[in-house]
Amino acid sequence: MGADHDHGGDHRHPGLAEDLSLSDPARRLLAMEELLVEKGVIDANDVRRVMDVIAARAPVDGARVVARAWIDPAFKLRLLEDPRAALAELGYPAVSGAMLAVVENTEAVHHLVVCTLCSCYPTSLLGPPPDWYKSFAYRSRAVVDPRGVMREFGLEVGEAVEVRVVDSAADLRYMVLPRRPEGTEGMAEEDLVALVTRDSLVGVGAPNQPAVNS
Amino acid sequence: MARFCPGDRVRVLPNVVDTHHRTPSYVKGRIGRVHALSGSFYDPEDRAYGGTGLPKRELYLVWFGMQSLWGRRYRGGEEDKLLVDIYEQWLEPVGEPAGSQG
Repeated sequence: MGADHDHGGDHRHPGLAEDLSLSDPARRLLAMEELLVEKGVIDANDVRRVMDVIAARAPVDGARVVARAWIDPAFKLRLLEDPRAALAELGYPAVSGAMLAVVENTEAVHHLVVCTLCSCYPTSLLGPPPDWYKSFAYRSRAVVDPRGVMREFGLEVGEAVEVRVVDSAADLRYMVLPRRPEGTEGMAEEDLVALVTRDSLVGVGAPNQPAVNS
Repeated sequence: MARFCPGDRVRVLPNVVDTHHRTPSYVKGRIGRVHALSGSFYDPEDRAYGGTGLPKRELYLVWFGMQSLWGRRYRGGEEDKLLVDIYEQWLEPVGEPAGSQG
């Protein structure tokens, strides 16, 4: 960074609160972004556009995929074997970058997803990850004591169930296909969507139970 | 052409490069088995420094027994596993252990 580009003094970034103290990584990121814009590698709007795409996604998008897989076994197979094509069917076209992979929970196997190296997450479908997913505590403890971590989230996984922790360290972004709750036979797809929680898509929780009609 | 198949016993090499890589430290030097082929991807070790990432590298989902990783400190079942995507250049084949039942 040259003397003409110092983050002290009266240099201000639009949109940044003036009393925000920036961490060193944040300062480096801003410097890199400005350099890329100055050198014409990216347009000032490119970053905002990508952030808009991510912000437009939410856990409910993952919930829609799960609900469809619950009611349509053929779709579920396609989702597990070729997630890109299956997601496109539901109107979620592939975004550039990381590929989504789906792991299925069964009576015998429960999956939990973490990224120990950074905070890789199926952002292109679920939107930004929750803060706890990015915390050092979750990232380090999920691989060492997954059952303890899940218990803290309120999920007790039976001893007979095999726990598989998936560390998405490389190019795939994993989403869990949770088990369909009992007592949901015959429920409409949109009602099933409402049962699927974000936590269940990461594996630290289970879908909600359906409300019992009186 | 993938060098390994699901079920193959593999060891994660302790060190391939000191520069950017996507192999978590806690599995370096450890023995696991290939669970699945995850596909071939641009090489992140090259892309991190402005390279093209070509040739693409095979990526494998490799599993390790939790108790083999953490020993008796692990609080969970014997079947509990850790699965992690590892690039082919970080894997070497390992023979089956003596007296193994397959």
